[in-house]
Amino acid sequence: MTPERPTFAMCWAASCGGCDIAVLNSGPRLLDLAAAFEVVFWPCVMDAKYRDVEALPDRALDLTLFSGSIRTSENLALARLLRRKSKTLVAFGSCANDGCIPGLANLSDPAAILAAACDSPSSDNPEGLRPVPRWEAPEGVLELPAFEPILRTLDQVVPVDYRMPGCPPEGHRIEALIDLVLAVHAGTAIMPPAGSTIGAGDTTCCDECPRRRGIKQIRAFRRLQDLASLDPDLCLLEQGIVCSGPATRDGCGALCPQAGAPCAGCYGPPAGALDQGARLLSALASVVEAAEPAEVDAVVETIPDPVGQLYRFGLAGSLLRAGRPAWEAATEADGLGAIPASGVAPAAPPGIPLAAPSVQLGAPGVAEASR
Amino acid sequence: MSATDTGFEPTLIGFTCNWCSYRAADLAGTARIKYPPNVRLIRLMCSGRLDPVFVLKALADGADGVLITGCWPGDCHYLVQNRYALRRFVLLRRTLAALGIEPGRVKLVWASAAEGLRLATEIGTFIEEVRALGPLAWPTARRDRSMAAGPPEDEAGVGETEGAEPGGTAVSTPAVELVEAVP
Repeated sequence: MTPERPTFAMCWAASCGGCDIAVLNSGPRLLDLAAAFEVVFWPCVMDAKYRDVEALPDRALDLTLFSGSIRTSENLALARLLRRKSKTLVAFGSCANDGCIPGLANLSDPAAILAAACDSPSSDNPEGLRPVPRWEAPEGVLELPAFEPILRTLDQVVPVDYRMPGCPPEGHRIEALIDLVLAVHAGTAIMPPAGSTIGAGDTTCCDECPRRRGIKQIRAFRRLQDLASLDPDLCLLEQGIVCSGPATRDGCGALCPQAGAPCAGCYGPPAGALDQGARLLSALASVVEAAEPAEVDAVVETIPDPVGQLYRFGLAGSLLRAGRPAWEAATEADGLGAIPASGVAPAAPPGIPLAAPSVQLGAPGVAEASR
Repeated sequence: MSATDTGFEPTLIGFTCNWCSYRAADLAGTARIKYPPNVRLIRLMCSGRLDPVFVLKALADGADGVLITGCWPGDCHYLVQNRYALRRFVLLRRTLAALGIEPGRVKLVWASAAEGLRLATEIGTFIEEVRALGPLAWPTARRDRSMAAGPPEDEAGVGETEGAEPGGTAVSTPAVELVEAVP
């Protein structure tokens, strides 16, 4: 093929790998991707070495999708390397944007996390061994990536050009992104403003949800499995199910509520919301039907794990966890906030998501325009 | 006043309702009732305007405590909005507790426009309560580097990616005396 093909990289830091699968899942479009792009680095699908990426000139990669959050020194080094080598770095998926499920580990200290992993009832570790970053064996020195004290989102370690939310991002949104980058490369389109959220809307999941909405007055929140029956057409929150829809960016098409499951919140906070958990907290508290403090407490108590519920996807990027004092307290000992060697300044205010325009890639009409 | 021996002066943010507690603070002023200057009052049109994110942002940006004040239940200028404030406050306090922040750092007080003395007293009480709690010690702080749970010589391997940077530990922490209180 011609050397004119744009280059593509995708990598996978602390995440489940679902984002890679979401891209692979695009079926025949995957062949278009392979034909249109020069795939340089994509550990999930092909063999490539970090040193091959290091050998590239800076900004040699036209499109880099970075999925996963920063949990180990390897993740961190990879984020910095790919930032340096990429023209367009997309924080791809909830882990890279908000911390996602791995971010809930920030509620525990690293020793407890390793203990949970190494001493669980299902692990066979009678000597209580722990991974160590460096081990001197008779044959030589063995090294493992170090476990960072906290998990961070991608934009907390390097500047990010675009954010693409979702756990994982929806297939048609991914296709639209690929189409857009190809159109840009062909000179027929321009990229949205830097810092935009792409592949999602500005409002909330509720706006895409077809369920009927009325007056919400909740006297007890209930879990899905505790309900005898579920009204297939009525808003789930009105039925007492904690649904993250009111505090979650639209873009997925409200798939979960349509399937009878509450929105989990994976698309992150909507435009203008600084903190997804606070937004959801506000929404949930507003529908509580109780007057006296004790009554309110009794209703609120039916949300057994408020942090797990409100910050299921957004803890690592939340205001409190990414706020300045928390940030400095957590990173001070390690110098994690230092300027990376690449000379790229660390992302400006740690984790505070700035209001930026979002672009409805893959939405009806918009996708056509970008082709 | 034994807690004052530490010399710790808490910084508090107070969100006050335009129709009651902000006027109560005004009344306290005209009546020459003194309350400690640790609290910075911010006027809202109603306690129901209080987005929980205001509280989180105040705490995240260095406040040691947040006071929320509104009209007594039944007296709300906007009928029932202070009840919404109460509901948010209850859930917020639980959430903060789960995040490792003492629930006592956020307080809800009802005070009518006539209760200047009561507001001043409540502010004074709250300041002492927060003073007793001490500076907000961030639960994310990991001073014990036990993460690898290995022997101390593992220290060198941690953060090796930025090993080339000297002085990485000397991250300047201007105006964050909060950090100092972490055990």
